[in-house]
Amino acid sequence: MSRIEGSGGGRRRVLQVKFVPDEEVLKHIADDTGIKVRKDKPQPSINLKRFVKKLENISDDEAQEILEEKNYVATLGICAQDPMGNGTSVSGGEVYSFQTPKRSSKMAELASELAHTPEQNVAPDRSKGPEKTAKTPQSGSNVMWAEIVWKCNLKKKEFVSTTPYRLRRRLAAPDSYLESESEYSASCSEEEDDEDQQQVNTVLSGQKTSAKTKAAPTPPPRNSLAKKNKEEKMSNLVEEYFEAHSSSKVLTSDRTLQKLRKRRLNQETLCDLLKKAPLAYAAEIIELNQQHESLFSKWMLQLHLGFNIVLYGLGSKRDLLEKFRTSLLQNSVHLVVNGYFPSITVRSILNSITEEVLDHIGTFRSPLDQLEFITKRFKEDSSLELYVLIHNLDSQMLRGERSQQILAQLSSLPSVYLIASIDHINAPLMWDQAKLSLYNWLWYETTTFNPYVEETSYENSLLVQQSGSLALSSLTHVLHSLTPNARGIFRLLAQYQLEKKDNPSYPGLSFQDFYQQCREAFLVNSDLTLRAQLTEFRDHKLIRTKRGADGVEYLLIPVDDSTLTNFLENQDEDV
Amino acid sequence: GCFVFKPSAKKRKLSQRTAHEFGIRNDDSEDTELRFVTCQSLWNQIKSETEKIQEDLNKQLLDNLVSFLRRSHSEFEEKTTEWICRMKVREIPTAALVLGVNVTDHDLTFRSLSDFLQNNITPYIALLEAKDCPGIKNLMQKLMGQLMNCCVDVDSLEDEDYVQVSQNRIRCSMSSLIKWYESVTKKTDSETPSKRSSSSTHWQSPPVVVIFKDMESFTTKVLQDFVVISSQHIHELPLVLIFGIATSPMIIHRLLPHSVSSLLCIELFQSLSCKDHLSTIIDKLLLTTQFPFKLGEKVLQVLINIFLYHDFSVQNFIKGFQLCIVEHFYSQPLSVLCCQLVDLQKRVNSLSHNQCENIRRLPSFRRYVEKQESGKQIALLTSDNFLKEETQRLLEELHVYHENYVSVLRCLHVFTSSLPKYPLGKQIRELHCACLENQVWETEEYESSLQLARMLNKSDLVTMLQQCVEILLSSSGKEFDQTVEKLKKFLTQFQNLEEAFQEQDGSVSSQKELQKKTDLYHLQKTLLELKESRRSKKLTKFEMLRFEVVDYIDSLVRKYLVPADHRTLHEILYFNTAAVLRGHLNAAPRTALHTALNNPHWYLKNQALKCDGGSISNKAPDICIVYKLHLECGRLINLVDWLEAFSTVVMAGEEPNADRASSDQMDDIIHARFIRAVSELELLGFIKPSKQKTDHVARLTWGGC
Repeated sequence: MSRIEGSGGGRRRVLQVKFVPDEEVLKHIADDTGIKVRKDKPQPSINLKRFVKKLENISDDEAQEILEEKNYVATLGICAQDPMGNGTSVSGGEVYSFQTPKRSSKMAELASELAHTPEQNVAPDRSKGPEKTAKTPQSGSNVMWAEIVWKCNLKKKEFVSTTPYRLRRRLAAPDSYLESESEYSASCSEEEDDEDQQQVNTVLSGQKTSAKTKAAPTPPPRNSLAKKNKEEKMSNLVEEYFEAHSSSKVLTSDRTLQKLRKRRLNQETLCDLLKKAPLAYAAEIIELNQQHESLFSKWMLQLHLGFNIVLYGLGSKRDLLEKFRTSLLQNSVHLVVNGYFPSITVRSILNSITEEVLDHIGTFRSPLDQLEFITKRFKEDSSLELYVLIHNLDSQMLRGERSQQILAQLSSLPSVYLIASIDHINAPLMWDQAKLSLYNWLWYETTTFNPYVEETSYENSLLVQQSGSLALSSLTHVLHSLTPNARGIFRLLAQYQLEKKDNPSYPGLSFQDFYQQCREAFLVNSDLTLRAQLTEFRDHKLIRTKRGADGVEYLLIPVDDSTLTNFLENQDEDV
Repeated sequence: GCFVFKPSAKKRKLSQRTAHEFGIRNDDSEDTELRFVTCQSLWNQIKSETEKIQEDLNKQLLDNLVSFLRRSHSEFEEKTTEWICRMKVREIPTAALVLGVNVTDHDLTFRSLSDFLQNNITPYIALLEAKDCPGIKNLMQKLMGQLMNCCVDVDSLEDEDYVQVSQNRIRCSMSSLIKWYESVTKKTDSETPSKRSSSSTHWQSPPVVVIFKDMESFTTKVLQDFVVISSQHIHELPLVLIFGIATSPMIIHRLLPHSVSSLLCIELFQSLSCKDHLSTIIDKLLLTTQFPFKLGEKVLQVLINIFLYHDFSVQNFIKGFQLCIVEHFYSQPLSVLCCQLVDLQKRVNSLSHNQCENIRRLPSFRRYVEKQESGKQIALLTSDNFLKEETQRLLEELHVYHENYVSVLRCLHVFTSSLPKYPLGKQIRELHCACLENQVWETEEYESSLQLARMLNKSDLVTMLQQCVEILLSSSGKEFDQTVEKLKKFLTQFQNLEEAFQEQDGSVSSQKELQKKTDLYHLQKTLLELKESRRSKKLTKFEMLRFEVVDYIDSLVRKYLVPADHRTLHEILYFNTAAVLRGHLNAAPRTALHTALNNPHWYLKNQALKCDGGSISNKAPDICIVYKLHLECGRLINLVDWLEAFSTVVMAGEEPNADRASSDQMDDIIHARFIRAVSELELLGFIKPSKQKTDHVARLTWGGC
């Protein structure tokens, strides 16, 4: 099998195939060996890629934007000399600009590019030698993946055919940003660009004319161009945005995780697995964190001078704050708030202040009253002081306007020292001028690159198997407290649901059918008894009822199949 | 999620600790105690100064308001016919207080206002905020609560029974409010005269002032109801409303329909604009010799820009100034010398050897040493004592420099602020920044403003010169005697010119001739001749003098307005690390995230991460790779594709000699890493789960971040 040797080149070809006109796709399907084509194919595919990229540049002319941003930045008195500061060199335009809606296989393409970066460092022109691409270790999954992508592409042929149309439309717009380099071009070899440019015209016969119009126009005078471009860009951006959001149909592949036969991991195994994976760049991360730790005493000083401190930047800041707490706050009263905790509320924060810090017994009518009480106490007793550490001030539960208002007012007390961390990209939008002035923030950039272990563990993560053990144990517990008959009823429903588990449009068991079955099993004697039983189930959230289109009531156990199977097995063992 | 930690041991004293923290600096912790004390005293001085300024600025406004209140009150008191007329139409006296958009500063104004009123007019003041008053009921409750509390304050605690009537038990209605008011006023009436005289500032039936802090945020319904209800009772309760308005007085009419606003008798009061406030602050804090600490150009620019582009808040400006002070004293060990001249000698003499070394390390000092002759160089670098003497001399010079700088800057501002188009800026702060930035006489703007100054007319020039003389006379600098002499001489010369001017009137006649001619050809000819003659003509005496004056001003500028960072030892007095300040006050969290995700090498100094351009290496942290991949997707992202792409990249990044046997396990680990990275992206707000399609997530950002 010469397959392995050619797989590198072959895979890349497959990746780019989406941008190739139909006839080429067909040609590609026709040849099965993969070696024959290899000789001439890589070249066009790469050209194509470059071509597509240039096209992308047409719509996002960022260079201008960046220029203007730079001006603003200059007026703000930024100096790039700051050695530790955040990437001030990054302009707002780069951060906030819209981008063209991307084709779905762009990700795969980029992945292959990224996978090849080191290799490229060694040999700049990778496209030339299949022996060089063969150097990369090809794992089994890579090949498999390539094949999957290939198949997907075939499935979506109708989409493939739309691409050139899009390209043509983009080309129609006059363009002067050809000379500006594409954002990702760095991973392509630069030297090839010139010859590629010429080959584009010859290779893409279908788009030849448009390609020529692209290359033809001479750039108009600079200053008028700038204005024109700006307007154009604005309208372009708007168009792009709505183009991306208008169609309800989104073009992505239809693959699901189930088809991949990857079992869903639960939280525990996930943790175990992650423990096995070594943390990359541990040394550098430690060094980075040490830099932040040297600021502790400064934070303390500034807290005492009436400022509050907010930490931002990529990476969990939990450990950092924890370290700050253990090293400097041991001798003072402090409150740690885990904002990422899913059931945290402002009320509980205020309660722990009044009850535990101020030793007040009693309740308050509203958080505002409570806040007033706290304010009064802190004003009366000047020796009282409190450090408040809030991990994730921007968490789901605390980001509301009212919560922030209360926290802001709390933090504005002279003897309450607040130090908090934020992570969400839109976190600063929580605060208006009034709140900002109450908070009196000093911003500290603390990029730690630490994984968000605690912060994400509460989240019902996308890929983590949800509610597994918890649901199971609650099921068992509730069922234990019920009569045998009730258990039997539930069991019937569960079994029925498991039988129908392969039917994706299973609506649930209709009440009448269920009643029939229960009667047959001598579990109930009237439909009233069943209803009473079901109400009890519903109160314990064991079942859910849903009215179908025909008005019939359907019953469903809102637990996933594996848990249900587990539950039934346990029940059998008990019996 | 909340945990309270209480220390078992007794806490240490707070004040000690603060000073202590100032000391916990890694290496050169020299004179920390002294530095901290200096810093604190300086800040306290500045703080009281700003408060004083604020008070002065508000004085006019407050006086106007008080007289307004008095008027409305006296009418109620005397029960004049006019008041009765007004009562018939039920108009409530209302003051609309336009405060400007810097809402955060309003609090201070309101606080001083209520204090002032409390002392001078009436004890019955209620401050209402929109967020406390979602409905009319809450508003009344709040209002009555505040009024009854404050009345307790005034009447002291002699009538305990009154205090016990808690606000909750009283039915919150206008009638109970009136009843309360009657009882209170009656009580004050019946009280002993001695008591009355002690609080004589208040009248017999003081008005009840209700202040709406943020009128715009109140719901229309609540305001309307309140106005209508209270207008019904205005003859029983001398109510006065004060509306705090951030935008424009038009908002009253937009919020209240005509039928309601006709119940108000509105008088408009305008507070000082925040820009003027800032100018005063800059004038009093920076352009003065009172404080040894000074801001450098970039820092000042940052502060002013935050003010102009972000919030218009003077409070924030002052906060930034405070941060500058703290930062300066914290990070610069030599800032111990940043003190008043009287203390300087003592402090210089007590410098340790380390501090002397610090001085020697200052870049400006090095430049200075290089310019000296070799003997002095050696002395400066080896002998601490000599260094101290020299340092003291230099610092004194620096103080003198600043004194002179301020005076000359003001003089220059007199000239430039009246030029057309203001080439050097209208405000003195712009001029100040320009002068601090670099040698102002080398800039184009300065050149053009000199050109324009050479075209000033006489009367302007004379008034400017007079202003300059006043400025220089009032300044504390001692070097200006000569300058003042010179300027006075100029002034007398101008005076003398006036007499001489009558004599030479030649040019006027030619112009008269010009008016006679109607023939186009002749006109052209004479014009050409005129032009010729003007070009060749000698300058008039006035013009000569004007040139002289401008040249003299120019020489003053060149002599005194040298940028501060050209002066030796400027690091001690001038704070110039703008980057720090900007990072703390005007941070860009999203940019930091963007950088960390796109260019991890910026933070993690590992060679493997180093790469060119926009791409990242495949050895980058997982989250960076996942992020980079998701940028390529549209609105929805297929998790499977994403996972595949991720594992491709990661596999390529792994060592090639990875165990084949454990590839299954590797797969799992990669899967786990992927899950972690994706949920981290979710936490950061880049994606969210989507129900549109199975195993898809929705992208929440557009563009690079």
